[in-house]
Amino acid sequence: MFALVHLVPGDPVRLALGTRFSQESYDALRERSGLDQPLLEQFFGWAGRALSGDLGVSFRSGETVTSQIAERLPATLTLALASILVALVIAIPLGTISALRPRSIIDRIATVISQFGISVPDFWMGIVLILVFAGTLGWLPSGGYVPISEDPGAWLQRLLMPALVTGVVSGSVITRFVRSSVLEALGSDHVRTAQAKGLPTRQVFTWHVLRNALLPLVTVTGVQLAYLLSGVVVVEIVFSWPGLGQLALQAVQARDYPVLQGAILLFALVFLVINLVVDLLYTAIDPRIRR
Amino acid sequence: MSGQVLEVEDLRVRLRTPRGPADVVNGLSYTVGPGETVAVVGESGSGKSVSVLALLGLLPARVATVTGRAVLQGEDLLTMKPERLRQVRGPGAGMVFQDPMTSLNPVLTVGRQLVEGIRAHGDVSKAAARRRAADLLGEVGLPDPERALDRYPHELSGGMRQRVVIAIALSNSPALLIADEATTALDVTVQAQIIDLIEGLQADRGTGVIWITHDLGVVAGIADRVLVMYGGRCVEDGTVDDVLERPAHPYTRGLLGALPDLAQPAVDGVVPDLATVPGTPPAPTDLPEGCVFWPRCPVRGDARCEHEQPPLVQIGSGPGLPHRAATWCTEEAP
Amino acid sequence: MTGQPLPPPDAPIAGQGDAKGTSPGPTTLRPARPRWRETLGLLARNPTAAVASVVLLLIVVLAVFDDTFAPEGANEISVTDRLQSPSWSHPFGTDDLGRDILSRVILGASVSLKVGFLAVGFALVAGTLIGLLAGYYGRWVDDVLMRVMDMLFAFPAVLLAIAVLAVRGPGSGNTALAIGIVYTPIFARVTRASVLGVREEVYVRASRSVGASDWRILTRHILPNAAPPIIVQTSISLAFAVLAEAALSFLGLGTQPPNPSWGLMLAEGRGYIELAWWLAFFPGMAIFLTVLCFNLLGDGLRDALDPRQRTLMAGGGR
Repeated sequence: MFALVHLVPGDPVRLALGTRFSQESYDALRERSGLDQPLLEQFFGWAGRALSGDLGVSFRSGETVTSQIAERLPATLTLALASILVALVIAIPLGTISALRPRSIIDRIATVISQFGISVPDFWMGIVLILVFAGTLGWLPSGGYVPISEDPGAWLQRLLMPALVTGVVSGSVITRFVRSSVLEALGSDHVRTAQAKGLPTRQVFTWHVLRNALLPLVTVTGVQLAYLLSGVVVVEIVFSWPGLGQLALQAVQARDYPVLQGAILLFALVFLVINLVVDLLYTAIDPRIRR
Repeated sequence: MSGQVLEVEDLRVRLRTPRGPADVVNGLSYTVGPGETVAVVGESGSGKSVSVLALLGLLPARVATVTGRAVLQGEDLLTMKPERLRQVRGPGAGMVFQDPMTSLNPVLTVGRQLVEGIRAHGDVSKAAARRRAADLLGEVGLPDPERALDRYPHELSGGMRQRVVIAIALSNSPALLIADEATTALDVTVQAQIIDLIEGLQADRGTGVIWITHDLGVVAGIADRVLVMYGGRCVEDGTVDDVLERPAHPYTRGLLGALPDLAQPAVDGVVPDLATVPGTPPAPTDLPEGCVFWPRCPVRGDARCEHEQPPLVQIGSGPGLPHRAATWCTEEAP
Repeated sequence: MTGQPLPPPDAPIAGQGDAKGTSPGPTTLRPARPRWRETLGLLARNPTAAVASVVLLLIVVLAVFDDTFAPEGANEISVTDRLQSPSWSHPFGTDDLGRDILSRVILGASVSLKVGFLAVGFALVAGTLIGLLAGYYGRWVDDVLMRVMDMLFAFPAVLLAIAVLAVRGPGSGNTALAIGIVYTPIFARVTRASVLGVREEVYVRASRSVGASDWRILTRHILPNAAPPIIVQTSISLAFAVLAEAALSFLGLGTQPPNPSWGLMLAEGRGYIELAWWLAFFPGMAIFLTVLCFNLLGDGLRDALDPRQRTLMAGGGR
């Protein structure tokens, strides 16, 4: 409930208005595309059409924005989901182990890795990976996208590197979170109660440490997923991944405002949906916020 | 000395801290008999909580070194294999902690937390464990125990939660119950209820109780014997009458002096001056060489106090259980 | 692109000076303020943070005196020296136009840091001000300001920056503005949280009761208390501002050629990656090192100043 009100204050539409607003300066463009009607009228017209799925027509290609977005959406979703998977697979074990053995060698290595992952520019890491795995070793193609329905093998080959790059970055952030969260849970009083009643260690760990520590992970994963969906822009460029980010960038370069607007609206929508899902999920798993 | 539930001998706990090793408990010896309540009294930082956590192996092994002997029903807790120690926690000794707000897992139901404890120590079916859990909740005075099983801790008041924690501690009928400041976080009326509850249960079951507190009012009401801790040592122990009415150690007198309604009239001309115990307890990383209480002692005397540690010796010659104190100025006591 | 590099991130440093001045204000029962000397000591004893600070200082010095340190100009084209691999005369090699990469990395530091400091300076001033106002006045001021901040915050950072640049056009200045806008909400939230924490403290109420002006209370009492998390956030935000500048320049929206910016160099070098790895490698290392140092410094500062971790988003905007 909280996140819904606070994180996403309702209307992606207002941001679209923001974009419109500054379009005023682009007189030429405005005239060309018949945008010289009063601003509000324009906006409501656009919003009304957007509600019915009509986001207008691309300046450049003449295709409808909706169809362009629909075409790109699967690629971006694939990459974002694969990345979050990589991130969680890295972060949960690594963060947990470091928390169980604070200041041990494993913990120190994990800290270095996550510090590296947080600081490394993802596009640079992508370029280096391409150099090594596509160039020198020749194991993987350097980029592109093949739908899974066409050729699962090729799909996976092309997904591997970009998912690894974004997954490592997100995973680093999540690792730190998991570590501190598990550490906090380990130190909590109820864990001592559980030990004092003679539960087997494994049971104490699973039900009284891990379960409590991973609850907030749902929120963090949601936030990370949302950031991934938009944050993969740069990585999409590096790996020639035909996703929404690439579309948005092309739209900026071509001053193709209907497309840019549509892409932004969609990202905002995705944000809204993710936050909603996180809230629902959280309500389902945390009794404290259940009504 | 047989027939005791717990015999602790020369218990020592050393913790590794960033500021060097800290000797938190320094040679503690006492016994708890069946149905007996031993109160362990002292300021925060005197090592009283650590001393009982150490008994059950609840201190993190990476930072704590525990030595000595602690025989619970014939077995030494301190040399036990971890798996055996786990089996002892529960049926051997149950523990109630200070803060009922945090000592229950917030995301599991009360029933689940009781049931898992019961099932960890015996082949009990889920349904049977649940029935037992409901009985326990009834015993500790929770209204509508059946429904309470499906409640989450946050849905209960502090007093109710502490009753749940007690039910958990009692769920395997322990021979020893350790209550670590179990009533400190509760308000006075609830505190009295909880004390009555434990006393009642203890009378029914013959459980030995270690009651850790800094509240001498509670001690007077519940304890059979009292052990006063200071700087990780026992500075005085004896029956509740001996210790509270004829305190021998200047620290005990100070504590009693700080408690107006229990303060005894001046026995030796010193006590009335002690409205409080000035100063703070010594840091366990930096204990004084001689008597631990020396730096704060109002009647400290010669170099012996400063340089030589007083042993815990029998004082007076009263009947029954011994009254002991560790101080060089016992001669001033009655 | 003119004028002195390194615009100062003012507010927390001002707070710092204020706190050091030992005027014990006549009206207050104020708790011990953060002790800055002690903080510096703690920081010095944290080897990682200490090394990071030294490296950062070096980078900043290089960036300020870039003309002095760079062996060659940014755009000295030499056709005969094209795509030379690293050697004594060109330690980082040369690019496709025969420009010395070491020189361009050094000159690029100036651009990257300038944008980074400008962006964070903007976010710091705007965010702190908004956070102070929202936290101190509460009610509708709080509602309105924080709702707007929430809206910005909810939006994906990169996309928000791209949208700003789409509207205002590419370039260093606009990049700084875009990144600044992206990070403003974080500062606003951190500041507001701190203000709410101290607003009802005895010493603040005491000052109010003797008629101290709002401005005085804000600057003398509340800001110094809010300073630690803001400073930590500043360091972390600088890391991400440098990263964001690189990313935007890489996408062609930030710094424009022929100016040397690390992100831009990476984009230019990308096409030659199999032929001449050094084109993309060294600028990438420069970004990585700078970002890493700001992050490590931020972590060190957090440990020293802000043990309760009031700073939002340990992971920055990523």
